Order: sequence, then structure tokens, then C-alpha cells
Amino acid sequence: MLKLSAEQGGFNPPGAKDFQFPPIFGDSILFTKPVFLCLFSVILISMFFIASSRKAAVVPSRLQFAGEAVYGFVRNSIGKDVIGHDFMKYVPFLFSLFTFVLVNNIFGIIPLIQFPTMSRIGFPISITIFVFVVFHYVGMRKQGVGKYLKDIAFMPDIPKPVYIILTPIEILTYFVTRPLTLSLRLFANMFAGHLLLLVFTIGGEHLLHGDLILKIFSPFSFAFAIGLSFFELGIQCLQAYIFTLLAALYIAGALADGH
Amino acid sequence: MTGTLSIVGFGLSTIGPGIATGLIFAAYINGVARQPEARGILQPLAFLGFALAEALALFGLVLAFVL
Repeated sequence: MLKLSAEQGGFNPPGAKDFQFPPIFGDSILFTKPVFLCLFSVILISMFFIASSRKAAVVPSRLQFAGEAVYGFVRNSIGKDVIGHDFMKYVPFLFSLFTFVLVNNIFGIIPLIQFPTMSRIGFPISITIFVFVVFHYVGMRKQGVGKYLKDIAFMPDIPKPVYIILTPIEILTYFVTRPLTLSLRLFANMFAGHLLLLVFTIGGEHLLHGDLILKIFSPFSFAFAIGLSFFELGIQCLQAYIFTLLAALYIAGALADGH
Repeated sequence: MTGTLSIVGFGLSTIGPGIATGLIFAAYINGVARQPEARGILQPLAFLGFALAEALALFGLVLAFVL
């Protein structure tokens, strides 16, 4: 089949170039599709939660129930279960993180939008910097700068010779690996997911231009793309959950004495 | 047929995380089957382990594009 395709002008496989968008107006990189999607998501989230909480009643309306279900999920299964004592202070932060990442991810399969904002590395990096600053700040305020840094470098109650190995690993974990994995995980999942959908839709379109036997196989490719969209929906929700869960775990770790 | 070897490298790098993810969820299912009320405690742990194992495969993916 590869040979057949090559004879008819060649198949142009999707790649990193499909994630580069031209500016919508002007020639500034500040006016591209991902930036507008990011702004749109903020407006969308604010409108939804203002509308769902404006006429709050004891017996909730359907909209209020939906809004409270999302809030309750973040508060109970991420905030309360992970951070534990005194968790309410961090719920607004976790809640904004979760909804922001979730909506931006789900843009990947909404018809006509179909681009997950988080598949451009800049967006995950910026929210990861936010998380990084917050969890170190929280730890430093709780335990004092000196004790916090000392506990990271020299974990208490451990035999002295172990520090030779443990100290570099711990410092690397807290200041390099954690922010790196947090942003790369979200980015790579969204990038790979979008690429997967592109392969099946562009491939299906290419098969349509082929011979009769290739044309027959084209609908299967499109059907697979639709099926994978639902698979992507699962991944997108899971990644938003994992991102928030890890942020909560880092905050909980910074709050705990002696890590 | 032409291509790049880094894709083969990515394929190899997914073997380890694939096995790891299987082990993590096997342990999670085992735990819940033995003690269904522990699900709430085990679930974040299982997903945390899954996320950490999966990160390695994703580094492979990123490197396959970078190299």
C-alpha cells in the first residue's frame, strides 16, 4: 500500500509541522489559534461557573448540580484525600487548575475547534511554573526557608553515608524532575493524541484519492478516527485529573514535616 | 521504504513502561478485589504510579521527535 500511495503523488504524513499555526491577523505570534483557544477557555469556564452559582438554591437546578459536581470532585477526591488537614486553602487553586486543563484538553475533540491547546509546550510549561512556585512557597512559609531547603537536601532520620547518594537525587527530584515531568506529561499526551487523530483522518482522506480498492478502506480509517476521539476524551480527562492530583501531592509533600 | 531510526527507538522505549503500567493496574485490581472498601485509597496511588511509568514512554516520544 505504501508503494501504491507513493505512485500517486506521495503521502505526506502528519508531524510537528501540523502544530504550527499562522497568525490570525497581523504577524505577531501572540495572535495564533492556541492563544485564542486559551482565552476562549477562560471565558467559557468563568461563564459556566458564574451561571451555575448565581442562583444557588438549597434544591439545586440542573446547571447548579453540574457545577457543584465538578467542584465536589476536586474538593473531595483531590483536595481532601490528598492534602488532608487544612485543605480548603488550596481548593480554589486546584479547582482552577483542573477546569483550565480539562477544558483546554477537551478542545482537542470538539468539532470545528479540534486542537488541544496543551499540545503546544508553552502552555503546560507556564502552568507548571505556577505550580512549582506555589508548592515551594507553601513549603517555605510553613516550615521556614532554611528548614525547608535543609529537609529537601538532607532528609532527617537517615544514616549519614546514605546522604552521598540521596542528596543529589532529592535535589534533582524537587527542582528538575518534578517540573519537567509535570509539563512534559501533559504536553506529550496531548501531542501524541492529536497526532494519532491526524494520522487517521489525513490517511483516510489520502486513501479516498487512491484506486477503487483504497477507496473502500477509506471509511474504516475515518470510523477509526471517530472511535479514537472517544478514547482521547478519556485520556484528556485522565490527564487533567493526574495533573491536578500531582499538584496536590506536591503541595501535601511540602506541607508535611520532614517530607 | 525510508524512515528514521528514532521511531524504532521510541518503540523500544515503550516496552518498559508498558509492562510497568500492566503491573501497576494488576496490583490495583488485586487490591480492590481483596478489599473493595480500599478503592478510594488505592485509586490515586494507582493513577500516580501509572502517570510516573507513562512519563518514561512519553520522554521517548518527545526524544523521537527532537532527535
